[in-house]
Amino acid sequence: MVVRFLEKIGRSVIRGFENGGWVIILALEALGHLRRRPNWRQVLHQMVHLGVDSLPIVMLTMLFTGMVMTVQTAHEFIRYGAQASVGGVVFIAMGRELAPVLTAVVFAGRVGAAITAEIGSMKVTEQIDALRVMATNPVAYLVVPRLISCALMLPVLCIFANVIGTVGGYLVATTFAGISSFSYLHSIKMFAVISDVTGGLVKTMVFGGIVAIIGCHKGLTAPEGAEGVGKATTGSVVTSMILIFISNYFLSLLLYR
Amino acid sequence: MIKLVNVSMGFNGKSVLNNVSLEVSQGETMVIIGPSGSGKSTILRLLVGLLKPSAGEIWISDQEVSHYSEDRFNNLRRNMGMVFQYSALFDSMTVGENVAFGLRQHTNMTEEEIARVVRRKLRMVGLSGQEEKMPNQLSGGMKKRVSLARAIALNPGIVLYDEPTAGLDPMMSATISRLIASTRRILKVTSIVVTHDMESAFWVADRIAMIYNGEIVACGTVSQIKESDNPLVQRFINGMASLGNSARRRA
Ligand SMILES: Nc1ncnc2c1ncn2[C@@H]1O[C@H](COP(=O)(O)OP(=O)(O)OP(=O)(O)O)[C@@H](O)[C@H]1O
Ligand SMILES: [Mg+2]
Repeated sequence: MVVRFLEKIGRSVIRGFENGGWVIILALEALGHLRRRPNWRQVLHQMVHLGVDSLPIVMLTMLFTGMVMTVQTAHEFIRYGAQASVGGVVFIAMGRELAPVLTAVVFAGRVGAAITAEIGSMKVTEQIDALRVMATNPVAYLVVPRLISCALMLPVLCIFANVIGTVGGYLVATTFAGISSFSYLHSIKMFAVISDVTGGLVKTMVFGGIVAIIGCHKGLTAPEGAEGVGKATTGSVVTSMILIFISNYFLSLLLYR
Repeated sequence: MIKLVNVSMGFNGKSVLNNVSLEVSQGETMVIIGPSGSGKSTILRLLVGLLKPSAGEIWISDQEVSHYSEDRFNNLRRNMGMVFQYSALFDSMTVGENVAFGLRQHTNMTEEEIARVVRRKLRMVGLSGQEEKMPNQLSGGMKKRVSLARAIALNPGIVLYDEPTAGLDPMMSATISRLIASTRRILKVTSIVVTHDMESAFWVADRIAMIYNGEIVACGTVSQIKESDNPLVQRFINGMASLGNSARRRA
């Protein structure tokens, strides 16, 4: 029993490392292709597509996150007479952590899943093989444009997320929490610095890259059959999210110490 | 031109090809027949470098390619076209874009020139004016023909067909067979055709090789195969011919 259990754990750890190795190789290969000029028309097309796809959910998520953040902080801060700092606290939390991470998580669920489903179904219907036979490198043709557009589009979405989150916070603060509009905005100006936002944007570039590479990798290695694609898609979202949370910790250490 | 020397291949320890040797000369049409699962598609996939053999040599245009990297293989692939067993059309692209794919990737042709080539290739396969259709709007036979048009868009010297007539009605398979023959005549291509369709095989082949359980059990001209005293071969071609009367008549 115990041995079997340990064996199982051991196997999945090994598989994890093996997959990790392949992901890194794929990432390096994609970065290698970046030296050549990418197809900007395709990248732009992808970006619009990805952006339009995820903007509504990102907006909705962040609106309510900004609102709930303000409810919680305002409640506590007013007790200690610190209502003048609510705006700043919400804005900084939003810019450094909440907007980048939540946007990335939504992005992983929406875009990462779509990438895996698309590339996975190309894999199982031999379209990837057809690409290779037509002397076209699948990494250059499929992975690179997705990598670039995710890494560029996620920061754009994050800017929207910051704005809408701050607006949500502002609405709650001024209508329900009894904080004046001036005090909310003033505290943002007092406490926040530009790096609170730009650091978050740097994070989202990394997260966008993670979502794209994991999405493509899971798609390119999808097992045969329609159910294989489904499995790969779920796996893609879960793996991307875990890597987003882990890398977020280290990026925060790097960016905000 | 194309040569397999003692090629073996296996998946996850299960052997699929055993010491297969086969030679196809310039401009020849070689037909590979054999039961399902005998490794026919695997041979084609080895030839285009989608798979690497576990042993043996693969020669294409006087180059031993079994250890070629993807980049080196790509130079050869520009001279090769492949019609996949399940067509493998790019389903996010229109028919026209599918046929134009290689032209866009590997030539500096203008859009007008590309459109002209696409129109001509689609006319060759009897699909004039279908450029704007999406693959999911096509029947299986139409997909096969688009796949063929795509494979010959760059006028390759080598074309590989994986069951080009499977799942088509008899008239359409006759059309495809004629197409394979005329492609070979007009473009002077070297062709390898994998098929179950004996009627088509006898029509297009210069030589026929039969593969059984991962080994080549017979190889020869059409008449040699028809007169072969190998019981496996006889069972295979007669089993098929009894389904199609005209093949029996011709035999
Ligand atoms: N990628 C793969 N992984 C594992 N096994 C494979 C793979 N591709 C092929 N095989 C196995 O190799 C054997 C030969 O397959 P192949 O596709 O070459 O047969 P085939 O002669 O083309 O059959 P069919 O006429 O049905 O297309 C089969 O037993 C198949 O299960
Ligand atoms: Mg096959």
